[in-house]
Amino acid sequence: MSGRVLCAVFAAMIALGAAGIAQPARAERLIVSVSNHRVTVTPAYSGEELVLFGSVEKDASTPPGRNNYDLVVTVIGPRADMVTRRKERKFGIWINTDYREFIQVPTYLALFSNRPFDAIASPDVERRQQLGLNNVLLTQRVGTDYADVVPNDAFRSAFVRLRREQGLYREETSAVTFLTPTLFRTGIPLPAAVPIGTYKVEIKLFADGALITRTDTAFDIVKVGFEQFVATAARQDGLVYGLFTAFMALMAGWMASVVFRKD
Amino acid sequence: MQGCGFLRAPKKPGPGAVSAGLTVHPETTRVQLYLPIADIPVNIFLILAMGAAVGFVSGMFGIGGGFLMTPLLIFIGIAPSVAVASVASHIAASSFSGAITYWRRRAIDPALALVLLCGGTIGTALGVWTFTLLRSLGQLDLMIALSYVVLLTTVGGLMFWEGLRSMLRVRRGMAVSLRRSGSHGWVHGLPFKMRFKRSKIYLSVIPVIGVGLIIGFIGAIMGIGGGFILVPIMIYFLRVPTSTVIGTSMVLTLVTMVFATLLHAITNHLVDAVLALVLMTGGVTGAQFGARAGQKIRGEHLRLLLGLLILAVGIRFAYELVIRPDDLFTIRQTGGAV
Repeated sequence: MSGRVLCAVFAAMIALGAAGIAQPARAERLIVSVSNHRVTVTPAYSGEELVLFGSVEKDASTPPGRNNYDLVVTVIGPRADMVTRRKERKFGIWINTDYREFIQVPTYLALFSNRPFDAIASPDVERRQQLGLNNVLLTQRVGTDYADVVPNDAFRSAFVRLRREQGLYREETSAVTFLTPTLFRTGIPLPAAVPIGTYKVEIKLFADGALITRTDTAFDIVKVGFEQFVATAARQDGLVYGLFTAFMALMAGWMASVVFRKD
Repeated sequence: MQGCGFLRAPKKPGPGAVSAGLTVHPETTRVQLYLPIADIPVNIFLILAMGAAVGFVSGMFGIGGGFLMTPLLIFIGIAPSVAVASVASHIAASSFSGAITYWRRRAIDPALALVLLCGGTIGTALGVWTFTLLRSLGQLDLMIALSYVVLLTTVGGLMFWEGLRSMLRVRRGMAVSLRRSGSHGWVHGLPFKMRFKRSKIYLSVIPVIGVGLIIGFIGAIMGIGGGFILVPIMIYFLRVPTSTVIGTSMVLTLVTMVFATLLHAITNHLVDAVLALVLMTGGVTGAQFGARAGQKIRGEHLRLLLGLLILAVGIRFAYELVIRPDDLFTIRQTGGAV
């Protein structure tokens, strides 16, 4: 298996190198691909890791001797509205009181880099390029406004923490590895609970604390099989689904009474 | 990006894929069952065992078992709303097999069941409507937990006390009096009286419909058949004899739960058929063995045990509400994706 992936990486290098020739001249160019553009999640799915690999293509206008590249990969899953609620003790019991709405935030979010974000760029650049979970824009409804809040806001940090615990938000500053000064790879872990939909992958190349170039790619997560069929049926044909479930219940009850009949 | 086509990794990485940096979690691959509506993977044997255990208890006491099944599912991490809706169909299955058995023994009063059902179906519809409303307010989980605490501790405490008292009476050599008909009652002064032949009682239909309504209502909200409340009410309040009480209450449970399954499926799309099927398989099997075990235990012992069990579940819920939760924050997706 490892041999196959390595083969694939080398084949990619050759193919990508060939593809790179026709592009207009810029100092650097990123060429990337993920190992699978369509991840099918079956009932047996228990988490998988996609591999993203790519290379930095230089051309004549590249400053000579520049090899100290930094790379940040951001994977953004389908967006959704979420509510974070906070429990408080009222009348002796813990009940949901305060809440905050997060508007169209990623259901999956992963940030990978080859070294810590603050070593890659200045705090200002980190903020502007949304490097790290603390700098990613998570829009909240604050009264009538829509805005992000400071990273140490109680609701925001609780939200990020809970998503991280589920494996759906990730930040790893050593996940990107440079195989050669210009060839890199990183793994994108996809836990069993990954939401289905289109995932956007943003790859940003930095050198000397500045963004040099960026490129995007994407992959899809689709669920197939019986379980997805059931979920779709439940949503779209509630009545038929309900009738079927009720019928199933009656059959199960009847069969049991036949099988276990004593007299 | 022309070269991509042949670069794709194989669709289904085998176990050997680990070496190439593809992490596969071996411990979670075999017995996991993915629940499509609950949206979480669960251990299939755990759910089967839970179904069987609850089925055994329900068969033993002649109850649907929902008041145990729903909390257990909530305790293992299934959303309370999905648990409530899915358990409805599980109870339908177990009460159907129970009802067939009681029907063969002629231990069902059809007339009484029919009158109970008049109230029961209306109550169920009201219950599902309230359920939907609470869910949109974000307080459904709390209300489910609170209802469990109130109902279970009250009913469990009363049953335990009653069982204890009658047991003591037996021990002292006194006759066990169920204080049958004629002892008192405004219930018996109500109009629209009807003769229920098989139960040998003469009773107004008003309290019967009322009881059906209440049971249907709380059953739909809490994911319980309501047998464990219905049976005592019918014995102590309506003076239905013990010979027909369990069979008749099972008919009410059966019909209200089939109806609740339908309504939950249509309005909230929260019925997990896969979960329900696994629960049923375990549940109906367990119920058969439980029914046999139940016949060997004396009535007051049975009540004492059941009271203890109900009380324990109620206290567990109360404990959850009172202690400081591990995490004060929760996230719920409100829509927008897919």
